Amino acid sequence: MESVLLPELQPAGRSAPGPMVPERFRVIERRQETADTWTLELEPVDREGGLRFLPGQFTMLYAFGAGEVPISISGDPRVVERLVHTVRAVGSASGAICRTAPGRMLGVRGPFGSHWPVESAAGRDAVIVAGGIGLAPLRPVVYEVLSARDRFDRALLLYGGREPEQLLYAAEFEEWRGRGLDIVTTVDIAPAGWPGRVGVVPTLIQRAAFDPAAAVAFVCGPEAMIRFSAEALIERDVAPDRVHISMERNMRCAVGHCGHCQLGPAFVCRDGPVFTFERMRSAFTLREV
Amino acid sequence: MKAMDALIAEMPAFAGLAPAQLELIAGCATNVRAAAGEHLFREDQQADVFYAIRHGSVALELHVPARDAVTIDTLHDGDLLGWSWLFPPYRWEFDGRAREDTALISFDGVCLRGKCEGDHELGHELMKRFAQVIIARLQATRLRLLDVYGVGAPA
Amino acid sequence: MPSADETRLLERERFDDLLQALVARGYRLVGPTVRDGAIVYDQLESAADLPEGWTDEQEGGTYRLHRREDKGLFGYAVGPRSWKQFLWPPRVRLWRARADGDGFEVEPEPSAPSRDAYIGVRSCDLHAIASLDSALRDIPNPDPDYTARRANVFIVALNCWQAGGTCFCVSMGTGPRATSHYDVALTEVVEDGRHYFLVEPGSDAGAEVVSELPVRDAAAAELAAGERAVEQAVAGQGRTMDTTDLKALLYRNYEHPRWDEVSDRCLTCGNCTMVCPTCFCTSVEEVTDLTNTETEQVREWDSCFTMDFSHVHGGSVRSTPRSRYRQWMTHKLATWGDQFDTFGCVGCGRCITWCPVAIDITEEVAAIRATDSGGPEAWPKGNQ
Repeated sequence: MESVLLPELQPAGRSAPGPMVPERFRVIERRQETADTWTLELEPVDREGGLRFLPGQFTMLYAFGAGEVPISISGDPRVVERLVHTVRAVGSASGAICRTAPGRMLGVRGPFGSHWPVESAAGRDAVIVAGGIGLAPLRPVVYEVLSARDRFDRALLLYGGREPEQLLYAAEFEEWRGRGLDIVTTVDIAPAGWPGRVGVVPTLIQRAAFDPAAAVAFVCGPEAMIRFSAEALIERDVAPDRVHISMERNMRCAVGHCGHCQLGPAFVCRDGPVFTFERMRSAFTLREV
Repeated sequence: MKAMDALIAEMPAFAGLAPAQLELIAGCATNVRAAAGEHLFREDQQADVFYAIRHGSVALELHVPARDAVTIDTLHDGDLLGWSWLFPPYRWEFDGRAREDTALISFDGVCLRGKCEGDHELGHELMKRFAQVIIARLQATRLRLLDVYGVGAPA
Repeated sequence: MPSADETRLLERERFDDLLQALVARGYRLVGPTVRDGAIVYDQLESAADLPEGWTDEQEGGTYRLHRREDKGLFGYAVGPRSWKQFLWPPRVRLWRARADGDGFEVEPEPSAPSRDAYIGVRSCDLHAIASLDSALRDIPNPDPDYTARRANVFIVALNCWQAGGTCFCVSMGTGPRATSHYDVALTEVVEDGRHYFLVEPGSDAGAEVVSELPVRDAAAAELAAGERAVEQAVAGQGRTMDTTDLKALLYRNYEHPRWDEVSDRCLTCGNCTMVCPTCFCTSVEEVTDLTNTETEQVREWDSCFTMDFSHVHGGSVRSTPRSRYRQWMTHKLATWGDQFDTFGCVGCGRCITWCPVAIDITEEVAAIRATDSGGPEAWPKGNQ
C-alpha cells in the first residue's frame, strides 16, 4: 500500500440523525491494558463501513443507562472498520463502558473535534510526548508517522507514567522501534531493575535527540505534565506554535451547544481538543478559567 | 584520546568555563568505568567524589524494609551525579548503581573543595553550576510529588 | 427606519386583525401577557391577552407592574422570560432507548415544532435571537431542534418606545429600533388621544400579511410621531455601558480585584443565566426507569454558576464564585466576540433586574475600567 499522509482523509462529519443521537456499535474485542484501563474495539451495527477519523479526534461513548463520556480514538486512522478506544474507568459511565463485554453494544457519537496536524511534521522531526493515558489519543499519530516513516526526519516518543505497569501499549513498543520510532520511557516510581528511566517527562525533553528548529511536538497527558513538557520544549527553542497539545474539559454535547467545555475563547469540543500551546498558554497560568 | 579538560568541557554542567578553570578541575578528575550492575557507591559510605556521566546510566536506589529496592532517579549521558561531597557529613544518601556499562569522569571532591577554597572565583562558578543542577533536580522531584497520573488524567 | 413608501398605518382598533391574519396562516401566537405580577411571553389568543395599559418599573433587583395613564399595548420593557423559552426550550427530550438482548434500540425524538408568530419582539431580543442563531444554527453541527423551531417562526418586531430602568441597548448597539431579522416591525404611537401602529414589512411573508390588513398610508406627521416614540426609548435608558475596546479590557483583567468584590455579593444562584436571552448552556440528563430497561435523554437549561458545570475527573475547574461570575461576564462581553463576532450581551437589563442582590453588569464593567490593570491580554489575538 502506498504511504500517503493524511490530509486527503477527512472525517465523516456528524452522525445522522443529528449530532446528539448515538449510533449503535458492538464491542468485538476487549482487553485490559492496566489495572483500571481497557481497550475496546467496536464495529458499527447500523451503518456500512466504519467511522473515519483524524488523529486526536474523540467520540462520545454511551453505555446504556450509565451515561456518556468523551473518549479519544486510539486506533489506526487507516483501519476504519474497527473503532478503537482506550478507556480508563474513573466514574460510573467510564466504568460501565470498560465492563462492556464483547457482543454487547455501546452508543457512539462522533468523531468530533480538531486533530493533531501530523502532516505539518513531514520533513521535520516528529516529537510525540505522552503521559499516562495520554498516549491513547497519540497512538493514531504513531501509526500515522510509521505508515510513512520516510516522510519524517526523526521520530521520537517520550512516554512517562506513574509506574511501569501503568504504561500503555508496551507490547507494541518493540514493533514500533523496529519501524523507526525512538522510544524513551520514564516513570515516577520504579522497582530496581526497571530498564526505562525514572523521572518526569520534562526532564527527558531537556536531553532528547531532536532538532528544536525542525521539531513539531504533539503533547498529551495530565494537564500539569502538558504544561511543564510544553515549557521544556519551548526552553529548547521549539516554536510555541509548533507545540500541539490536547486539552481536557467537561465535554458534554461535543458540538459546541452546551457550553460546559468552554475554555477562554474556545469550546474545547469544537475548537479543540488539539490546540497549539501558544493559543492555550493562559489556560495553564490563570486560575479557574 | 582527548585531554581531560576537553572531556570535562563537553559536560553540559561545565560548558563555557575558562580554559584555566577547566585545567584546574581536570587536575582533580580521572576517567572511570562501571560495569552493568556495579555499584559506584552505597548509602552511608564516605562521599569524597562526584561523577559526570559520559556514556551510560546510573540508578539511584534506596532500600526500604519489606519492599524491593526502589529506584529514586536515573541519570544519563551528560548528567552530574552526587553532591554529598559538598557538605558535611560527606556521606552518600543513596546507592548508585550502573544500569549498563557506563563511562564516567570521577572528580576528587576533597581536591576540588581545596581548589575552590584557594580560588573563590572558581568556587563561585562551580557553586552556581551545582545550584542549577540541584534546582532542576528539585523541580523534577516536585513534579513527581504532584502524582499527576493518579487523578485527573485525560480520558 | 420606517420609510414613507413602505410604512403603513394600522389603527389600534384593528390591531387584532394582524394577529388573526397570522392565526389564519396557521401560526400559534406567542407574545407578552400579564401573569403572576410580571409581563411574560406566552401563548396568546388575541390582542385582548396583551398587557394593555400596563408598564413595568425595573431597577437592580426590582420589578413591579404599574398601570399606565394610557392604553398602550407595548408600554413596558422586557420581562423575566425571553424568546429562548420557545426556540431553545428549558426541557427537551432528545431520544429514548430500550434495552434489547445484548444491546438497545435508539428512538430519536421526532421534531415537529409548532409554527409560532412572536408578537412584540424588541430589538434587543432580535439581536439575542441572532446570537442564538450563530451559537446553535450557523455552526458545523447545528442543533436540528433549534433549526426547525427557528425556521417556523414569524417575527413581529416592536420598535421599543418604553425603556426600562435597567436597559442599555443603545450602549450595546442593539436598539431600540429593529433593523433586521423580522417579518413585520411595529411602532406603537399613543399621542394626543390617538393610538395607532406604524407597520413596516421586513420580509416577503411580512409584506403579504401587511397587504391583507386594513392599513393606509401614514402622513408625515404620523411618521414623525413614530420617530418621537422611539426617541423616548433612547432617552429613557436606565443604564449605559462603555464598550470601547471592551474585549481587550476584560482580557487584560482576569486577575482584577473587582472579581473578588463581586464574588462577595454573588449568590451563584444562576438567575442571570436563566433570564439572559442569549445564555444557551444546557445539560443532558439520562432518566432511567426502575428496571433499567428504558431510558430517555432530556436536555435542560444549565448554568455556568453551578459548581458541577465545569466538572472534570478530579473536581470542578471553577470552584469559586469569583471564577464563575468571571466566566459568565467575560463570556457575555469578551470571549463571545472571539466565538461569534459580537457581544453576548444585548443590553436588555434582565440580569440586573432579576439578580436577587442587584449585581449590575454595567457597574462591574465601569469598575474594572476605572482601575484597568493594563496588563497583557490573556488570549492571543487572531487565534480563533
